Order: sequence, then structure tokens, then C-alpha cells
Amino acid sequence: MASTSTQFVTSRRMGMYDPLHHINMWDDAFGCDISPNTGPSSITQVTDTRQTNKTEYNSQESLGPSVDNQEAKSMSDKLQRRLAQNREAARKSRLRKKAYVQQLETGRLKLAQLEQELERARQQRMYDGLLNTSNGVLSTNVNSGVVAFEMAYDLWVATQQKKDNELKEVLQSQVSELELRMFVDSGLNHYYELFQLKVNVAKADVFYLMNGLWRSPIERFFQWLGGPRPSELLYMLMPQLEPLTDAQLVSVSTLKHSCRQAEDALSIGMEKLQQTLSQGITIDITGVGSYNSQMTLAMERLEGIENFLNQADHLRQQVLQQMSRILTPHQAARGLIALGEYFQRLRALNSLWSARFREPIS
Amino acid sequence: MDKIETLTSENAIVVFSKSTCCLCYAVTILFKELGVEPLIHELDHDPEGWEIEKALVNQGCNSPPVPAVFIGGKLVGSTNEVMSLHLRGALIPLIRPYQSLA
Repeated sequence: MASTSTQFVTSRRMGMYDPLHHINMWDDAFGCDISPNTGPSSITQVTDTRQTNKTEYNSQESLGPSVDNQEAKSMSDKLQRRLAQNREAARKSRLRKKAYVQQLETGRLKLAQLEQELERARQQRMYDGLLNTSNGVLSTNVNSGVVAFEMAYDLWVATQQKKDNELKEVLQSQVSELELRMFVDSGLNHYYELFQLKVNVAKADVFYLMNGLWRSPIERFFQWLGGPRPSELLYMLMPQLEPLTDAQLVSVSTLKHSCRQAEDALSIGMEKLQQTLSQGITIDITGVGSYNSQMTLAMERLEGIENFLNQADHLRQQVLQQMSRILTPHQAARGLIALGEYFQRLRALNSLWSARFREPIS
Repeated sequence: MDKIETLTSENAIVVFSKSTCCLCYAVTILFKELGVEPLIHELDHDPEGWEIEKALVNQGCNSPPVPAVFIGGKLVGSTNEVMSLHLRGALIPLIRPYQSLA
């Protein structure tokens, strides 16, 4: 009789709602630490109830055949209780699993955020190394202006994409030229806002601006004085604006040429700044110059960098303004869309490039 | 101011500059590229330099006072103004009477 009773217990162990078996399977998949708070206790809880059930059953057994009916009744009671406990345990197990998965998800998001912050911090350290100043106070001042700019820039990019999409829709719909002109002006003003942001960050950290650290590496590859080269943008945009009248072609061509001349003048001026700066701080073997006076002069020259960067942005703004005068509203709208699309693609290319060696997540 | 008057009336294109100012250098490079030879007057090499600077500020050239560009005796402005004029195509007509054919 004892053997059949153990058989019966064993077969139930293999039944559908077997929480211990279920948890054991899960345990094997994720290792022993699932959710340390609830796991072991509930498992032991289940085990305990099983133990008590078993002992109860066994004690019942020893009473003999005279209590068969009671036995059967209490057996079904016990069965019901067993099944209910199994269901409960299974439910708890599912909840724990859900909580764990959610933890994993938030962990994943946090990881992505941290990676981004780390990248930013890395870039920050990069230019901090270029700027040969004493740390502490100066760098904290610098960082707050830079942090504010980066936040503003992220917002600017998101708003720019929205505006570009808006402009695309407006182009496709039947809208008056006056309205289109308003949309174009709004788009242009948004670019002017960016130039204003850059003026502010130039005061906070001129080398951050000079090295274009808020931009992706590929954007920096094409960089000229803290941003894209305006004449290059004109070259890129020209085919997008066709057909142009002869008069327009001449105007745009002249604009390109003048812009190029202005860029070259600024580039040469910047080179002179670099030369005089580096010559100015080298050791004077004649001993005429003094360390202090050399450093003071060098500091004055460094202040000149901000002016060059402001002039570069002024040039970019002038190019945009001139183009909006030369082009019809329709052409200008197309130009703005093409411009936005160009920067977006550069950034997308950068993401693709930096991800090319990453292992795919299985 | 007298000195400014004299210099700007006697010379077609005058750029008031400072030897430490590389933006001034950039402006003069632009003019040379356009075929004109401006007179560059370095304020830090002039004993009356700070007086001239004050006068320029009074005329509206501040932050920074240099470069201050005069064409045909009239104040054109600083780097901003020169660049804007050039991109609008309005600078070349201004200097055309003074361009050398070399």
C-alpha cells in the first residue's frame, strides 16, 4: 500500500500546475538568483505545504480501511487545495518573471543613456586636454555653458526635423506664395537661432565651438571654423534648386564666388592667428621677452578666436539670407528641405559607421 | 577727428587696425584679393592711437573698434559690414573706382 501511495504522489508531481518543477526550469535558464526577495521563501513555502500534505496523507493512511469515505473526501479536499496552491504559486512565479523582465528593460534603457553620457564626457575630456588651463574653477564654469548649449542643440535638432516635415507637407498642399514665404522665413529664423546659441557658447568655451564637439565625427570631418563651409553647402544645394532662371544662376554663382573669397580671407586670418600664437609663446633664446608678458599677449590672441568663429557664423547667415532673396519661395522651401535632409543623412551615416563593428544582439 | 579726416580723404581705402588683430589682417587680405591696396593704419604703432580709437568708437565702431574700414572717405563699418556688403555684391561697386588693373 505504501508503494501505491508514493506512486500517486509522484504522478501528481508531473501534473500541469507543478510550480516547483516550473520554477526549477526557470531557475536553470537564469541561474540561481532570480528575484532574491521572493524566490526562495515561496519555494520553501510550497515545499513546506507539500511536506505537510504528504505527512497528512501518510498519517491519514495509517488509520486503516474503516475511514475510506472520509479519506476520499479529504483527499479531494486536499487535491483542491493542492491545485489552488499550485495556481497561486504559478501566478506568483509569472509576476516575478514580469518584474524581472521589466527590470531588464529599464536596465537596457539606462545603459543606452549612460553610453551616450560617456561619449559626451569622452569628447569633453578630449578638448579639455587641448585647453591648457589649470583645472577646477575654470572647467566647471566652462561646462555649465556647454551643457546648456548641448541641451539646447538637441532640442534645436528635434525642432528642425519637425519644421522640415512641416515644410514638406506645405509644399505638397495648395498654399499661397505669401504663406509659403512665411514658412520659409520661419525656417530661416530657426537657423539664425542656432547661430545665436553658438555666440553664447563661444563665450563659455571657444575651443568647444572651434572643434565642433556637439556635432558628429563625420560632420566634423567637413568642418570649417565651427560649422559647415557655406560655399560647400551652396555647391550641394544648387542641383536641388533647378530650374533656375539665367539671372538667378548669375546671382548664385556670384554669391558662391564672394562667399569663397570671404572664407579664404577668414582662413588666412586664422592661420596668422595660429602662427603668431605659437611663435609668441616659444622660448625666446635672446632672453628679451619674459614669460609673463608672452603669456599675457597669448591670452589676448586667444580672445581673437571668438571673433573669427562669430564671423564664420555671420557668413553662414548672410548666405542663407542672400539665397532667400535670390530664390522664389518655392525654390527656397525646396532648398531648406534639402539642407535639413543633408544634415540628417550625415548624422545617419555617422550612426551606421560607428555601429559597423558591433555584434548584433541575439 | 582730424587725423581720421586726413587719412581717409587722402586714401581711397583705409583700414584702421591693430598689429595683434588677426581679423583686421583677414579684412586686408580680402581687399587685396579684390584687387585694391588699402592703407593699413596700426593704432598700436601710433602714439595717438588711443585717441583715434576713442573717435572710432564715437563714430559707432565698437566691440571691437578695429577693423574700421573707410572707403572713399566714408565709414563703411567693421568686418560684419564688409562681409555683408561683399556677399550682397555691393562691395565691388564701392571699390571699383579704386581697383588696380594689375
